[in-house]
Amino acid sequence: MAPLLVGITIVCFVVIHLAPGSPTDLQTDLNPRVSAEAKARLQSMYDLDKPLYKQYLLWVGKLATLDLGKSFSTDHRPVIDKIMERIPITIIINVLSMALIILVAIPLGVLSAVHQNSLFDKVTAVFVFIGFAVPTFWLALLLMILFGVHLDWLPISGIRSLNYEYLPPFAAFTDLLKHLILPVLLSAFGGLAGLSRYMRSNMLEVIRQDYITTARAKGLSEWVVIYKHALRNALLPVITILGLSIPGLIGGSVIFETIFAIPGMGQLFYMSVMSRDYPVVMGILFIGAVLTLIGNLIADLSYAVADPRIRIA
Amino acid sequence: MAMAGGIVVILLFIVSLLASWISPYDPNEINLHEVLSNPSFAHLFGTDQLGRDVFSRMIWGAGISLKVGFVATGVAICIGVILGAIAGYYGRWVDTVIMRFVDIMLCFPAFFLILAVIAILEPSIWNIMIVIGLTSWMGITRLVRADFISLKERDFVQAARAIGASDLRIIFRHILPNAMASVLVAATLGVAGAILTESALSFLGIGVQPPTPSWGNILTAGKNNIDIAWWLSLYPGLAILITVLGYNLLGEGIRDSLDPRLK
Repeated sequence: MAPLLVGITIVCFVVIHLAPGSPTDLQTDLNPRVSAEAKARLQSMYDLDKPLYKQYLLWVGKLATLDLGKSFSTDHRPVIDKIMERIPITIIINVLSMALIILVAIPLGVLSAVHQNSLFDKVTAVFVFIGFAVPTFWLALLLMILFGVHLDWLPISGIRSLNYEYLPPFAAFTDLLKHLILPVLLSAFGGLAGLSRYMRSNMLEVIRQDYITTARAKGLSEWVVIYKHALRNALLPVITILGLSIPGLIGGSVIFETIFAIPGMGQLFYMSVMSRDYPVVMGILFIGAVLTLIGNLIADLSYAVADPRIRIA
Repeated sequence: MAMAGGIVVILLFIVSLLASWISPYDPNEINLHEVLSNPSFAHLFGTDQLGRDVFSRMIWGAGISLKVGFVATGVAICIGVILGAIAGYYGRWVDTVIMRFVDIMLCFPAFFLILAVIAILEPSIWNIMIVIGLTSWMGITRLVRADFISLKERDFVQAARAIGASDLRIIFRHILPNAMASVLVAATLGVAGAILTESALSFLGIGVQPPTPSWGNILTAGKNNIDIAWWLSLYPGLAILITVLGYNLLGEGIRDSLDPRLK
């Protein structure tokens, strides 16, 4: 855990220093009135005049107090504030799509394993293969054209309607839901295919184990054999897979939040990349990796809860 | 199914090699009399907001996708094979350091890392290819390392060592050829992944820069004209889907034929 965190900070630091010239050039080059002294003052403000290892230590020291510096954009707000106000919506969307993935993919995988080679299994396999290959941003475009433009059922941008503040509480809630349907559905889509396929192969492996034969030999009903004995064991590795899928989900939020104009961390990242707002870019890069790390930690812990054998080790 | 995948892959090669002969129009020829015209016989897939022929742009885009897919995967394989071989062969602290590095890289949402680097180094097709490669080698490293750990104890390696072969020779001449099968599968699937990533980047305007045609940046035009020009959104995405599907099927086919147990 700790070495990984240190590694993350080093990678972030290296990425910042890939930049040719210094990050302050952006603020000074375009402005002819900036003198050499002012440039030097700016450089020392960002500690750019010190040796690299010192810069790194200073930077990590600031990180430890969650000081990610100030944005280069015209508002000059602290990076951490800009990120924090946008993180909740990103996390809500990712948690919802994770829940959707679990709710759909696991039954799908179990059913296609239990009915191996049936029509259902084959249809699911085709769906899974296409799911792997579909560029989800394209699917987003198509669904926007269908539901947003032609059918006019769902809004295609933002998370709230313009009249949100004047809506009664229930209508406001459904308004929010309507805005979230497409983004959540689409960010879940990629993970769905992967997890259901994984679940299927896990289940197939478990069903062939001796203890399943024993359970059947005891005369237990097929329902109990599959859903009590087999499912529990097949579910264990899924926890790890869910943990591993977190970076993909977080990374995908850049695409969906940009397409659907959702004011989350992904959109902030995109805007900062486009405007070369380095402090914000680095801040989000770091926070994104830390979120992944936390996700993996939660996965490890829940694995221990689910499987008593792990706890001893 | 693997055959179908193979055919798609070969067809794409042919299309991109013959692009200048088979594309009906110059992909960058602007025609302001025919802005956003519907698909017709003259323009099979319609025209874009500058009146350029979408069909021709997609034919040229095929070559771009292929180039990005192969170069990015090439970079990923070079790094992955070398690090994986060193980690698996030498073991001990070398292994620990390399695998820890892999774990660290896996913590970063790949898309974040790519965007961050692109933000710093100007988006250009070469930067895109290299950066995609630099962020997708981890899986290959793990595969190669696992192969090396089991292969290095085998008799033929002991024999090579007994006749005094150098480490370098053992790694590259004796062990690596035996580990190439899984690398080949990973590479085929990797090309598909790189093509998807490139199209997403180009769609966001951070990938292949206009006027160079790419499937992803045609889709950007599709999004900007979402309520009037569906053809700009439909066809390039379909092309990406079919291409990626082709590489995935081919990769799975190779895997099954190399190791029937995995079926």
